[in-house]
Order: sequence, then C-alpha cells, then structure tokens
Amino acid sequence: MTQYTSVTDADLSEMLSTIGVGSVDELFADIPSGLRLNRPLSLGPGLSEQEVYEELRALAARSTSAEDEVSFLGAGMYDHYTPALIDSIILRSEFLTPYTPYQPEISQGGLQAMFEYQTAISELTGLPVSNASVYEGPSAVAAAGYVAKNTNNRKRFVISRGVHPHSRECLRTLAHAWEMEVVEAPLRDGATALPELDDGVSAVIVQQPNFLGAIEDLTALAEAAKQTGALTIAACDPLPLALLKTPGECGVDIAVGEGQTLGNRLDFGGPSFGFFAATEALMRRMPGRIAGETKDVDGKRGFVLTLQTREQHIRREKATSNICTAQALNALAGVIYLSWLGRSGIVELVELMLQRTAYARDHLTAIDGITQIHDRAVVREFAIAVDAPVERVIARCREQGINPGYPLARDYPEHSNGLLIAITERRTRADIDRLADALGAAVAAERQTVAAGT
Amino acid sequence: MIAQADDTLTIYERSKAGRRAFLAPETDVPERPLDELLPAQYRRAEPPRLPEVAEPEIVRHYNRLSKRNFDLDTGFYPLGSCTMKHNPKLHERVAGLPGHARVHPLQDPRYAQGALELMWRLQEALGEVAGLPHVSLQPSAGSQGELAGVLLTRALHEDRGERRTKVLTPDTAHGTNPATVTMAGYEVVKVDIDAHGNVDLDDLRSKANDDVACLMLTNPSTLGLFETGIEEIERIVHGVGATLYYDGANLNAIMGISRPGDMGFDIVHFNLHKSFTQPHGGGGPGAGPVAVSDQIEPFLPRPQVVRRESTTNGKEPFYDLDYDRPKSIGRLRGFQGNYGVFVRSYAYIRSLGAAGLLDASETAVLNANYLLALLRRKGVAEYLPVAYDRLCMHEFVLSGEPMRRELHIKTLDMAKRLLDHGVHPPTVYFPLVVEEALMVEPTETETKETLDRFAEIVAEILEEAAEDPEIARAAPYTTPVRRLDEAGAARQPVVRQSMQV
Amino acid sequence: MADPSYPDDLKYHPEHDWARIDGDTATFGITWYAQDALGEVVFFDAPDVGAEVSKDQPYTEVESVKAVSDVFAPLSGEVTEVNPALADKPEMINEDPYGEGWLVKVKLSDPSEIDSLMDSPEYQATLD
Repeated sequence: MTQYTSVTDADLSEMLSTIGVGSVDELFADIPSGLRLNRPLSLGPGLSEQEVYEELRALAARSTSAEDEVSFLGAGMYDHYTPALIDSIILRSEFLTPYTPYQPEISQGGLQAMFEYQTAISELTGLPVSNASVYEGPSAVAAAGYVAKNTNNRKRFVISRGVHPHSRECLRTLAHAWEMEVVEAPLRDGATALPELDDGVSAVIVQQPNFLGAIEDLTALAEAAKQTGALTIAACDPLPLALLKTPGECGVDIAVGEGQTLGNRLDFGGPSFGFFAATEALMRRMPGRIAGETKDVDGKRGFVLTLQTREQHIRREKATSNICTAQALNALAGVIYLSWLGRSGIVELVELMLQRTAYARDHLTAIDGITQIHDRAVVREFAIAVDAPVERVIARCREQGINPGYPLARDYPEHSNGLLIAITERRTRADIDRLADALGAAVAAERQTVAAGT
Repeated sequence: MIAQADDTLTIYERSKAGRRAFLAPETDVPERPLDELLPAQYRRAEPPRLPEVAEPEIVRHYNRLSKRNFDLDTGFYPLGSCTMKHNPKLHERVAGLPGHARVHPLQDPRYAQGALELMWRLQEALGEVAGLPHVSLQPSAGSQGELAGVLLTRALHEDRGERRTKVLTPDTAHGTNPATVTMAGYEVVKVDIDAHGNVDLDDLRSKANDDVACLMLTNPSTLGLFETGIEEIERIVHGVGATLYYDGANLNAIMGISRPGDMGFDIVHFNLHKSFTQPHGGGGPGAGPVAVSDQIEPFLPRPQVVRRESTTNGKEPFYDLDYDRPKSIGRLRGFQGNYGVFVRSYAYIRSLGAAGLLDASETAVLNANYLLALLRRKGVAEYLPVAYDRLCMHEFVLSGEPMRRELHIKTLDMAKRLLDHGVHPPTVYFPLVVEEALMVEPTETETKETLDRFAEIVAEILEEAAEDPEIARAAPYTTPVRRLDEAGAARQPVVRQSMQV
Repeated sequence: MADPSYPDDLKYHPEHDWARIDGDTATFGITWYAQDALGEVVFFDAPDVGAEVSKDQPYTEVESVKAVSDVFAPLSGEVTEVNPALADKPEMINEDPYGEGWLVKVKLSDPSEIDSLMDSPEYQATLD
C-alpha cells in the first residue's frame, strides 16, 4: 500500500481467494520468466509529500521566471496577466479530472464549454467552423498542411520565412513523410514575397503578424493562392485578431495558431492549446474534436461530440488526423479569459499593447546603434538590429534585471544581431524606459569594446 | 446542484451590452492615432462578438457548468485503456510554483537550469521504467508520440538506404495506431488475433517481410492480455529488419515487473496522462514521450535535453537543449514539450519511488482480476462473459452479445443505465474484435469496496433488464440531459453560437 | 424501414449493394441489411457526375454517427445522376433504401457483368 492505494492484508487475502490464486505473483504468470525484472527499478524510495514539495521548490528556484526579471521575450508565447478566476474554475475537480466526453449525458459542462470556445475562435478568426482545439501552434500548421494535402492531392507547400521557425520545421518533418516538397518564400522588407505559384502548390502558408512582428497583406496573399487553386493557411497570433482584419475576411481557408497568449501560463513552453478554424467547405476534413449542439429525448438542449466519423476511433487509417486528445483544459482557460476580457476589453487590451509597442519601437530606434529591421505596421512585437554583438548586449541588460528579447541569430542568420521584442500589458512605460536605458548603455559599451579591439 | 431552466444558456446568451469583467491598465504612453499605427486596410470592421459579462456571472456560469460533469474525483471511472487513476493534489501546487509556471520557453538555458534538470531527471526515470536509455519528452500527447515512433522508424531505414512501405498493427489496435501510420506515409497491414487473444504468430510470420517497417504493439494488448509470444514476435520482426514499437497505453500493468526494452522493443512510448497521473482535463492536455534504443537515438526530435558534464573540477553539470542533431527527424511541435505535465509526472515518480510504482502495477492487476472474478459469478457471467478465458492484466474485456440476445439490452444500454448509478461506464465498443465490447480498467487507486459495489450494480442492472428491458434502453434518467440526438448533430452540425448582433 | 426487405426485381452484390437495371443504365443503392448495420445515416459523400465506377470497387462512402462504410459498385460504368435529395435528407437511405434512398444512376459500360450478380433469394441466403 502507498499513499494512493488501499489494499490491506485482509483485503488482499479475500481478493486472492475470490480470484482463486495464492499470491499476487501468480497473476503475472503470463510473463515469461526471462522477462521478469527481478530487481527494483533504480528510482530511489518514495518520498513524503513534504519532501517532494521541497525538491520541486528547489528546482523552481533554479530557473529565472518572469517574476524574477523584466522580460521582453515573446516569439509565440507571452507573459500576460491572467486573472485569478481562471484557476478558480479550471482547478475544479469537475473540469480537471474527467476524461474526453464520450458519455455526453454526464459531460455537458465540458461539451458546452467546448461549444463556447469554438464560438470565440470563430469570432476571432472570422471563419465559421472551429474545432475544440489541437495541441499547440506549430503542430497545428502541420495539421493544416495535412488537410490541404488530402483535399487537393498536390505535391508542394509554399511557406513564408515569416512563419515561426518551429512551425516551418514541423511542416518539414511531416512533409518529408508525405513526400511533399516545401518551398520557402523569402521576406522582403519584413513582408512575404511569394514566388510565382502554379497548380502544383497544395497550400500557401503565412503568419499574421509574422515572426518579425510585421503585419502581412493577407488578402493579397490569399488572392494569389486562389488563382492557382491552392489553399491559404494563416498561422495567427489570436490577440491581435481583435483589431486585425480577420483571416476569414481576407479569404483564408484555414486559420491556426498558438493559444497560450489566451489565459494560459508560460509553463516553459507547454501545455497550451492550438486553435484550428476553417471554411464550411473544409468542415468534414478538419482534425480534432468538434462539439455540436443538439437536443435530448425530452427536447432539452444539449451538446455532443459530433462529426466523429472524421476521427481515428472510427475511421482509423482513413482518419483526417491521428489526434485523439484536444487540449480541453487549456482551451477552457482560453474561453474563460476571452469572456473575462469581453467584447470591449479585448479591443482595449490590444490597443494598449499597440500603443506601448509603438512607444517602445520609437524610443529604441532613436538610440544610436539600434535600427528597426523593417518599418511595417506592428501590433505587439517588433524586431531591431543592434550594432554590437547581441549576446554581449543581452548579458549587460541581464545585469540590470532585464531580459531584452529573443536573439534572432539562430533562426535568422541574416539578422545575426537581431532581437525580437514583445510588449504585453505587463510591460509598463517605466519598464520600457528601463529597457531603452539598458539597451542604450549596453550597445554603447559594446560598440566601444569592439572599437577598442578587445 | 438543483437544475434550473437556464442551465443551458451559453455565456453569450447571458451577455448584455456594456457589462464587463476586465479593467485595462492605464495607457501610460502618449497615444497616437490608430490610423497611423494600424492603417484601416488592415483593420477589421467590427470587433469580435465576445461575451459581455461581469466577473460574478462568469464564475457562476462555469461553476454551474462544472456541476453538469461527472469526474474522477467524484466517482469510479473504469474506462478501459484510459487508466483513470487518482490525480494527486500536490501536483497542482508544485506545477503552480512560478519557477515552473512562469518560465518562458525561450529563456536562456543558463537561466533555466531547474526546468532543464527536471526534464533530464524525468527522462532518466522514464528510461529506467522502459528499459531503454534515450528519451525525448517532446511529443505533445499519445498520438504524437506514436507519430514520433513511426517517423523515427522511417529515419532509421532511410539512413540505411532502405525504402519500406508497410506498418503492421494488430486488429485490436487503438484507432490512433492506423491513423498515425497513414499520417506518417505508410500503408497499414492488419495482423490477426488468435483464439487466445494474442497476436497470431503464423499470420505475423506470413506478413513480415522486408517491406515492413514496423510492428506497433501494445503489451498487454487492448484486450488486457499479455502477449505471451512476445519473444517470438521480437525475433520475427527484427529478423526482417523492422522496428518493434511499444504503445504505452497499457504500461500501468507492468511497471517494475517487466520492461518493454527488455522485451526487445526499439521504441517505447508513454502516455503521461495515463500511468503518470497528469489529469485528463476533460480531454487534454497530456504528453507522449518516447524512449529509444542506441541505434534510434540519432534520429530523436530536435532539441533534445542533455546533461553536459563539467570539464572543470568541482563545477556542476550543465543541462542544455541540444540542437546539433544532424540526423534528427526534426520537430513535432514548438518549444520543448508540455513542461507543466512533466512537473506533475516527475512529482508522482518521486512520491512513489521504485516500490510505489511496482505497487501501482501490482495493485492495478490485482484489482482488475478481482473485479473480473466478481463479474464471472452467476447472474452476470452468462450475460457478460469475458471475451478470453484467461487471467487478465490491468483491464479486461467483456462481451455484451449474450446480454443483447437474451435480455434485449445492448452494451450501450448497460452503459447508459450505469450513469444512473453514479459511476462512469467502462469503455464501450472497443476493441472491435469483440462484439458488444465492454472494456473495464479499475486502476490501482480504487478500494475493494468500490469494486464490490460496481459488481453489485452491474448485477442489479441485469436483473432489472430481465424484468423489463425498456428501462435500460431509455436510460439515463437522472443525468443533466438524457440520450441525445447524435444523428441530428452530425447531419446538420451546429458548432458555434449564432449571433443576432 | 422497420422490416427487412429485398425486392425481387433487383440484383444484389455481396457487399450489400443493389442494382435496378433499365436497359443500359442502372440505379444503385445499399440494401436493407447495410443501412440497418450502419444505423442512422448522417452523410452521403456524393461522387461527381461523370465519374467512372468499377464493379467490386468502392465508389463512395456513407456515414452514420458511429461508422463509415464504403459503398461498392455492383457494375461498372459512368455516373450520370446523383440523388439530390440525400444532401438534405441522408436518412432517406434508412427510410426507403430501394426507393427515395437511391444513391446514383450509372450508364453501364459492360452489361454482361449483370450475370455475376445475385437474385434476392441468393443474396438473402448470404445474410446471417
């Protein structure tokens, strides 16, 4: 017996007798003796709850979180303020511990929450059909590619260099298995420059705003794709969609994206959720769970998982995807967050980020040695280039308690001293002023060091 | 909770113009005209029609919704194949510590040592349980772990200059297996089950050739039965140069007792939301790590969490994200995986240790066999016979076909009537090889009294059906809604709220 | 349709499809047995007019809530008509599988294939 199991000696004796065996060991008779692990696992002893807590706390203390520094890191996941009511709801047993709603009569809470979430995503994206969530952003891009492949059977994807590097890599990993080519469209002055398209292109994939923070002309990109019958897939940052022309309005076929920014923690990268919305025509090809409204035998309104014949448990090898779980709890946090922000609140929040981002960009690019990588409109993230070794600049900022942003060099070697800076509502004017001071001083010092030849 | 007429109103239907819960912080920077910052051609005409409600209404709405859910903390949940074991409450506390919850995934590894060390230690622990040394925590969930396994296989064969087109799965495989195979660009070939519920070795031999890339297997199988021929299976599969992939859905039966790596599996996948207590959350999140052998290690997803020993005397080892993996299959998802899930699973492993994990599996198998023995008694066994007359492992499958013939109620009706008794039904209609299947997995965290009570309930429902089958066929009666029109929902899908304004 | 029925004037295919022959065209559908096994039909994925169908090959799918089933062509030919009523009311396949629930009309390419099909009694004998 442990802290989680309850078989007493008396229980054991009765149970073995009912089964008709003499020992627990006999229950494992089917396992060949040569395969029995005749030693304890090398895992150490079980610890008390207190000891486990202390160990986890000690590990926590060895990471620098957004509490410990003023952070301007973004690139797909953002340090927002999430309201207390989210945890008070999602940590309820009834949301935290049940399984996927296979018995709808006793899962109306979860199913209705999915329906409300799907509605919110549909509103944000301007597309009529949303599923109940997929795992996260980058794999959602690959999943959308799978839908395109199965819809038109063409052999090539065209993906913008402005799409998140992780998303591009996910698509490449899967496209290799599908024996499909992936062609990258370059960025010119911060915007996607599509190559000439032909009828071999299955889908055009772009990001809005793109990885460098720039607003793309989605309508023009979708129009170009439509000319050759390719689908358009847009990976979108969901919060800016409160202000931006929706993917639906722009003629996009599938909108996907990373949902962490909506009410979810950073959690060192997961779990979060991905959203997936599409046109009516693609509804029966979509991956993932979908909740639908219906009535019960008494005429009462209710919700069920619907269109399940798309899914693996029925269609098996012909399924639209292999996905089994959604990210139900994270999507629930998302819809609660969106309800908390509300119709006016989400606009106010994004407008606040927009103003502060503009302020940040203006002040930083006014500093000698700092230039913007592009001058396109941005919403909550922008890219600068510093005229000094960027890792040294970052190190100096750290000494001031500031994490100035994500260095672009690994993913964009053409911007070897680039920095991607994200502004959330948690970054105040005072924080931005501190960033400007720290960056300014760091760049100046490092330029001097370089000039002095040290 | 006392049901109320407006319980099914959505959050949108509770909205009224002007209500709000959010107060934006002050705009503390000089405001520039919107048109300057975001030209009108890029702006949407109307804001999204999100709810308009104040905080009390949001809280009450979702609270009341939650009470229309059955959940594991509330009652018995013997869903076969899902391993609905207790979710320890410590885990939410530790996962919520800011040093875990508020670390940005792109934080410089030098400043994320705690997180990276936790991941590395979890990798080591899972590798020990699996019996394979190299673990990737990247896959987001079980089916993504499966995808990883098949893509790793592809990479191995491509590296050898081989081209193979088929993957074998038994007829009893979980639906994600064939779906994954198609998604990974292979053709599915089904392998038969023999009369004992195991993989038919002759059929396997006839189908295994050098065009086969992999055999995907669960052990014990989805029938809850240990593959007694596993050593021969390993010989056959490796004999044609294919990989042997372990679907970890049923790992709960063998932790500390036998290791898939020792059985000869090349790739072992885990569902952290099954054996390792990540709460199911109503359908996610989870995580699907994979453990692999030396020969498969080079192909693991990028980045991989590694420990670099210090070369300087007395300095601590350094935990890092290794991107320098030229043979890697690439990425299956962004960043490094569902870290929040890792925190909980790691806490679980530390709480139980070696002896505790062994106890978990032994008790899971004991509980399942005990419950099976209860259900093999007169009054139940003639209507719900076990599909294969053997010792089961952590789960077992009954067939409701005699019940359907003699009592005129189907497995579906039994499941719906169980709802009226305050328990979650077992898994129904899976695996497909058993008619009117009912798959029962009690897990180790249930008491003997709960199992006794469940067996009584099943017997009661059968007795009731013998008197009047109509009762179960129109069940449930006491749930928030009764049977729902799923056909209507599929014909004319309504998947979002329609809005007036 | 509540009770099993297998009209005598039709020809039957072992994969539970029927054909009504009319000169060199035929109407296809699924039998009472097939619609009963499927349950309530929710979706019929209509093939295009002009599509080629081949005897013994699946040419489309029918979906119920819990299952998807391939539909097999009893004879080869070219699709000339698709039942327009099924888009809105796919449940006609359950209610009237031989009448209003017809699936497609086909111009036959090889009428000699008709000989290989079964009559009603023969087909019924293959059922449980």
